[in-house]
Amino acid sequence: MRFAAGQAVRVSARSHPGHHRTPGYVKGKRGIVERAHVGEFTNPETRAYDDDGTPELRLYLVRFDQTELWPGYAGAEEDYLLTDVFEHWLEEDA
Amino acid sequence: MERAVHDRGGSPTDAPIDRTEHDLADWELTMDALVGALGETGLMNVDELRRGIESMPREEYETATYYERWLFAAEKILGEKGILAPGELDLRVAT
Repeated sequence: MRFAAGQAVRVSARSHPGHHRTPGYVKGKRGIVERAHVGEFTNPETRAYDDDGTPELRLYLVRFDQTELWPGYAGAEEDYLLTDVFEHWLEEDA
Repeated sequence: MERAVHDRGGSPTDAPIDRTEHDLADWELTMDALVGALGETGLMNVDELRRGIESMPREEYETATYYERWLFAAEKILGEKGILAPGELDLRVAT
């Protein structure tokens, strides 16, 4: 497992024209790993193209500050958003 | 960053959200059951369904209803796999 709970990460902003499950609004954004999901999961990026989706991948629940995601966010500063991100979309945020 | 038509979380809009409930038409229930059966039999998985939906031309995507998108995707994916022949659905509907 590449990342642990509490670790600072950044979502890759790379272009990926094919099917993938990383929402555009988190790409390039910094977050904190809330937890690693138990187990491994088939890869939708290959499974969407007549493939079995293996090798299976690690998936993380990542917490993002709303102020990080939305410029000019007017809500409470401590507001956050949780979403799942596959390991290969995450980079260490030093 | 170019975002695909479905990838719209957080996109600014002034359009109101339609929260009214509505009954599903028979064909929509059938569509739901069909996609479930296609998954069970391994003919089309949910990732392929989503890819099919995401491949809709923007204007069609924007005006299609939820299950119209499923129908578009199922026809596209089953066509790709040769399970449906080109024009087969149209022919069957017309006869």
